[in-house]
Amino acid sequence: MSDAEITVEPDALIQLAGITKTYGHGQAALEALRGIDLSIHQGEFVAIMGPSGSGKSTAMNILGCLDTPTSGAYLFEGVHVEHLSRDQRALLRRHYLGFVFQGFNLLARTTAQENVELPLLYRGETAEARHELALDALRSVGLEEWAHHTSSELSGGQQQRVAIARAIVTNPKVLLADEPTGNLDSKRGHEIMELLVGMNREHGITILMVTHEPDIAAYAKRAVHFIDGQIAHDALNGNAP
Amino acid sequence: MMGWTTLLLALREIRRNLMRSFLTVLGIVIGVAAVVTMVTLGNGATQSVSDQISSLGSNLLMLRPGQRMGHGSSGAPPFKAEDAAAIKAQVGALKAVAPSVSRTTVVVVGTRNWATSITGSNEDYFIAGNWTLTEGRLFSTNEERAGKAVCVIGATVRKEMFEAHSPVGDTMRIKQFSCEVIGVLAAKGQSAMGRDQDDTVVMPLRTVQRRLTGKTDISTILISMMDGASTEQVINQITALMRERRKLTDNEDDNFSVQDTKEIAKALSGTIGTMTTLLGAVAAVSLLVGGIGIMNIMLVSVTERTREIGIRLAIGALEREVLLQFLTEAVVLSAFGGLVGLLLATVTCYGLASMLALPLIFSPGINLMAFGFSAAIGVIFGYVPARRAAQLDPIDALRHE
Repeated sequence: MSDAEITVEPDALIQLAGITKTYGHGQAALEALRGIDLSIHQGEFVAIMGPSGSGKSTAMNILGCLDTPTSGAYLFEGVHVEHLSRDQRALLRRHYLGFVFQGFNLLARTTAQENVELPLLYRGETAEARHELALDALRSVGLEEWAHHTSSELSGGQQQRVAIARAIVTNPKVLLADEPTGNLDSKRGHEIMELLVGMNREHGITILMVTHEPDIAAYAKRAVHFIDGQIAHDALNGNAP
Repeated sequence: MMGWTTLLLALREIRRNLMRSFLTVLGIVIGVAAVVTMVTLGNGATQSVSDQISSLGSNLLMLRPGQRMGHGSSGAPPFKAEDAAAIKAQVGALKAVAPSVSRTTVVVVGTRNWATSITGSNEDYFIAGNWTLTEGRLFSTNEERAGKAVCVIGATVRKEMFEAHSPVGDTMRIKQFSCEVIGVLAAKGQSAMGRDQDDTVVMPLRTVQRRLTGKTDISTILISMMDGASTEQVINQITALMRERRKLTDNEDDNFSVQDTKEIAKALSGTIGTMTTLLGAVAAVSLLVGGIGIMNIMLVSVTERTREIGIRLAIGALEREVLLQFLTEAVVLSAFGGLVGLLLATVTCYGLASMLALPLIFSPGINLMAFGFSAAIGVIFGYVPARRAAQLDPIDALRHE
């Protein structure tokens, strides 16, 4: 699909139009996404749901600019990003996106403070600014006291909060969370969700979250269901906190 | 995120794996230490030889019967004292002509025995060999003519036979005769060949001929030229004189040889230089092996840290930033290894030089070169692992277990 065929929504933060993703070629080709149209506005909290193999992870990778679509258009703040180079996508992630992963993915044998400072390092912030911003971010997830503990000294819930601090320390437009509660027990999971809801409500950070648990998805204001590489259901959640 | 920050990151990584980092650089440490030690000691040996040249006395020639190499040396007629006298009388620009003959014999003082080299010669021997006295006197021309049983001893013989007290005036027994010690020579140390030059006893030529060898033959004539004399001209004159005295016809080869000790020393220096180069090259191979060790560990490290690299890429690290980080780690490791290697080499050289009695010559050139080479090894062998890290796909890297 060429760029011309997209109807630009001027107020959308993210706009996907006719996105497809095919792995492999010929007979062995696997269509992970088959024409996705999706608009996300500033300040939304969207849960992306669906069974495994439904294409929700592929969609998330494309939304997070970690991967490129096979065809279709992806507008980020009105800019086409579907054909950006590897380094251009890296810069886009650096300046506009924050990531939270299921497995926390903190650096081993590294303090919480240093983990949170990592994205600032790549943004070329001074040591002083890094220190201050990282402490602010840790404070906002309630881990100020734990700044100098290494990740192995922190519980799972604490590690995920450090990961969230790392994701928001650069003040991103969009926070992408891939099963953020997947490795946590239900109580810690709900604590993390409260934190994300707070980030969304108080700081206006747009959140895209992949989950397969309905009670976790219930925290989001909108739920998008994927089935067989297509969006089956897209609805607002009136009961969201 | 360049320069200083990258260095900081690299240092942090090295600190995180201190034990492994240490083992990684061990190869570089040993390689650099080996190269620098070999070359430094080799230079010391070369220096030792050139010191030897000056201690031999300047412009020294050695005249021996027979040819230096090949056949004919055993059958050549020996020289006599008259040959030396003829040279002194007929060849110009000479400082000293010392006919000499040597024997290894046991000398006895009281209950002490010592096998040493006994040389019979004349006063010129001390001029030709650049010998000086620490005690007593040299033998006189009269004592020499009369074949008196007097001797001048070297520092080693003095130490072994007389310990602390002054030997001048004491007697030493050599085979069947006694001989009075009249002087002690100043120590010269090892010769270029590694022989102890101070393990010597010098007597009048006639004394040794009569009492030890029983023949009037002499084995070597030492000839010391005046400063500025043309070595070639002197050698030609001596050769012509000796051919005449030995009645050699035009189509006969020389049955004697005149050697310039400078040439011998030069040849020896050359040999040591070659050895130094060879040993240095062998040591350089170990440095190369050390570099491969670094590459191996860096590759393991990249695999082990795949998830970490995934995180860095996901939060926006550029390819070249990841490349630079891993490359910096490798270079910091190898440069640090090089530095430790230089320290180790300094200690080793210090120890070995005093053990082998070689002069210690610190050469900034080889130290700088070894260090630069070790850093270069970091770049060369760190590049492949670093590029592998930089080109990882962030999605795959994050999924890596």
